[in-house]
Amino acid sequence: MNKLLEIKSVSHVYHTKENETIAVDDLSFDVFKGEFISVIGPSGCGKTTVLSLIAGLLPPSRGEILISNTPVKAGSDKLGYMLQKDQLFPWRTIEKNVFIPLEIKKKLTDDAKNYGLNLLDKYGLTSFRKSYPYELSGGMRQRVALIRTLVAKPELLLLDEPFSALDYQTRLSVCDDVYKIITEQNVTAVLVTHDISEAISVSDRIIVLSKRPSKVKHIFELDYGKTTPLKRRETSNFSKWFELLYKEITND
Amino acid sequence: MINEKKYSLDHIRFLRKERNETIFVYVLRFSLLALLLLVWEILAVNNVIDPFITSYPSKIFTTVIELFKHNDLLMHIGVTLYETFLGFIISVVAGFIIALIMWLSVRCRRVLEPYVVVLNSLPKIALGPIIIVWFGSGNKAIIAMAVLISVIVCIMTMLGGFLSTDKDKILLLKSFGANKWQIMTKLVIPSNLPTFVNMLKIALGMAWIGSIMGEYLVSKAGLGYLIVYGSQVFKLDLVMASTVVLLVLSALMYAFITLFEKLAITYKTDSN
Repeated sequence: MNKLLEIKSVSHVYHTKENETIAVDDLSFDVFKGEFISVIGPSGCGKTTVLSLIAGLLPPSRGEILISNTPVKAGSDKLGYMLQKDQLFPWRTIEKNVFIPLEIKKKLTDDAKNYGLNLLDKYGLTSFRKSYPYELSGGMRQRVALIRTLVAKPELLLLDEPFSALDYQTRLSVCDDVYKIITEQNVTAVLVTHDISEAISVSDRIIVLSKRPSKVKHIFELDYGKTTPLKRRETSNFSKWFELLYKEITND
Repeated sequence: MINEKKYSLDHIRFLRKERNETIFVYVLRFSLLALLLLVWEILAVNNVIDPFITSYPSKIFTTVIELFKHNDLLMHIGVTLYETFLGFIISVVAGFIIALIMWLSVRCRRVLEPYVVVLNSLPKIALGPIIIVWFGSGNKAIIAMAVLISVIVCIMTMLGGFLSTDKDKILLLKSFGANKWQIMTKLVIPSNLPTFVNMLKIALGMAWIGSIMGEYLVSKAGLGYLIVYGSQVFKLDLVMASTVVLLVLSALMYAFITLFEKLAITYKTDSN
């Protein structure tokens, strides 16, 4: 398999007037093409920092991060970033929201627009093209947010607890939807979450981080293949994985 | 959103109750005004209060009519409207641009912040004599007064809005590779449309204060001039009549801004 993302002994230090904090210390792991990776760890372990580093939004203090052998840069066409909340712009219609990345990247061509509209169509949102975000449910809005990320055709998708703002029922079904969309579109994904069962339900591999400063503590390989999240939750070894990961996270 | 065409009886009853309540509030509102005017009129006409000092509604009404006929009231209105409107527009445009520059450059903001704060706390009327010396005793001095009074608040309101733009939305645009200019045009400006409308409302009130105060200090025409002139020659009818005209004008201009708000902000924001 091809390495898509390489994280090589990356450290990150936050500087404020009062203090300096080592958030990430000598972090290394690889992500292969087509994989779904989850990064979990105790709360406050710097998961979001790791994602921001991969997205090129923060420059690493030491070490380097490569995507297809080139250093990452914010706004790279290879990257898509999905945040906790959908962050749809309330003054824009759904389709205009989906076109934002194209506008920013100055690629608002008819082809690109049609690709976005096709995605909306494929995932049941066509009738809401001209609606405003407040007219959609939380789950639908999160699907729009994913399509907005996919419209620029990224190879690597970064997900920062994208379901945590949703209620439990919606979270399960949106997680299932998002998993299907991501596998169908053949995108590699890195999910950051504090929700262990969510990580088990979507991942090929799970990377467990230590307490701050973050290091890789353990990497688990799951054997579910392309089983969908809801199906995985029904399997018998789901709770075994949960127990194992829970111990790994809480153990010091 | 689903539009329910057929409502239940309960819902119709609920809607009717809401509507009746609104009508009742309107009736009370106008009754209160009518009552106040009536009491004023009766007390003044029967000399319970001195009509020479207080004037009274019917007299004010006839004075307004008289002013229209003989005394170039329209000219006075025109002068004040011109000064207020120009002061308002200059403050809004300047305030918006300065706030934007202060958002774009953190260093610029840090340098300018204390100046803005000090200028804001200074009672601008104290600068009246300086303004008259600098701009002369005409329209220009009054417009300068209006601008001086409203521009600082415009800057502070707008900058406050710009700075409180959702950090996660900025992060989202950055993840698409947006530069500062794109973040400004795609996010910071459109998301602050409600702040802008707020600023218009504040700036309008301030511009009125500035123009009338300016006319008190130095003027040959305008509603503020009529009010000062009326009080100097002890024609309270004139003072009251001009004040009423001023009241109507400022209410009309405020109504225009509210209309603009309705037309411009067609979407709903939500807690997300």
